Amino acid sequence: MGACRLCLVEVAGIPKLLPACTTKVREGMEVQTNSERLRKYRRMTLELLFAERNHVCAVCVANGHCELQTLAYSQGMDHVRYDYRFPKWEVDDTHPLFGMDHNRCILCSRCVRVCWHIEGAGTKNVSGRGAKARIISDLNQPWGTSDTCTKCGKCVMSCPTGALFNKGSTVGEMERDRGKLEFIVTAREKKQWIAE
Amino acid sequence: METKPAADTKPLLRLATAWFGGCAGCHMSFMDLDEFLIDLTAKVDVVYSPVMDVKEYPENVDLCLIEGAICNEDNLELLHKIRERTKVIVSFGDCAVTANVPAIRNQLGLGNAESVLQRAYIESAQNNPSLPGEPGIVPALLPRVMPVHEVVHVNHFLPGCPPPADRIKALLVQVLEGVEPRLEGNQLKFG
Repeated sequence: MGACRLCLVEVAGIPKLLPACTTKVREGMEVQTNSERLRKYRRMTLELLFAERNHVCAVCVANGHCELQTLAYSQGMDHVRYDYRFPKWEVDDTHPLFGMDHNRCILCSRCVRVCWHIEGAGTKNVSGRGAKARIISDLNQPWGTSDTCTKCGKCVMSCPTGALFNKGSTVGEMERDRGKLEFIVTAREKKQWIAE
Repeated sequence: METKPAADTKPLLRLATAWFGGCAGCHMSFMDLDEFLIDLTAKVDVVYSPVMDVKEYPENVDLCLIEGAICNEDNLELLHKIRERTKVIVSFGDCAVTANVPAIRNQLGLGNAESVLQRAYIESAQNNPSLPGEPGIVPALLPRVMPVHEVVHVNHFLPGCPPPADRIKALLVQVLEGVEPRLEGNQLKFG
């Protein structure tokens, strides 16, 4: 995917940094995953992610269970050096079971991929470009009016932040069971029903 | 806290705490330092704080913990004064570090200072709807709420909403020992 640039690595012989997720492994490849230069860029990328939308950990459903928050403190981010943009984004609460808060979305597109490739419903998509890019349902309509959504909740399970959540969860309550996705994929691909 | 002359000759660290746009939760968390507060009295002289009756921010302050985001003209004026008169400034808690909840009004764009007052004091008012306005007494809201480091240079950051007492202690102990404070891992967790 190469969307978030947080998995940047140094590959010997190539001057620019490469995202690990889109770089094919080859014989004799020398890869650095943790260097001063990588930490510097990773922190910069994290700060840009925080500055881009409205990530208010104190009032977020995913507080304490958020991959963005965990990455930030694990990389030593104690503040954001860039000015926050404070954009105006909507919350879609039209779905009977789930909500989508665009303020907290980092456009990793996991929800889109899980919806298309694991559930096979194709409800979620990315619309727009750059700072205007956003996750949409069907033909850019309220999620609750979607004809294709099967209400399976896989998008909610895959979300790294508090952007997708179960309705009714409040601050810090949104814990996700990512193991369920792994279970489904392993069962389907390897015919092995392994539950943790 | 009363000033007690220390047995050794080491001068007491002149400590201040300030409270801008925030809920006072960070100061409550400071109070959660419990018995460490007693140890602290032997090492610091608290010269300015919302829990003390001191009107004017003093000169020659060694360390100031700043809670809250910069929301109005009074905040701005006092913050500049604090920076001029203080050696080390710590952004104390998420509102100071990120502008946090007070900055949610920034999402309403320019003119939000008027629209939030309209909402709070006119639309939601049950009795006597009127906008608060008393020049020189009620400070005007800034067009945009800012984290402290967007206005002045900040020396150290202490995130958390509020920062737990052990995190405040970790930072204070390092500052008192004269080392460059360093918080790591989940000691830097926001929220």
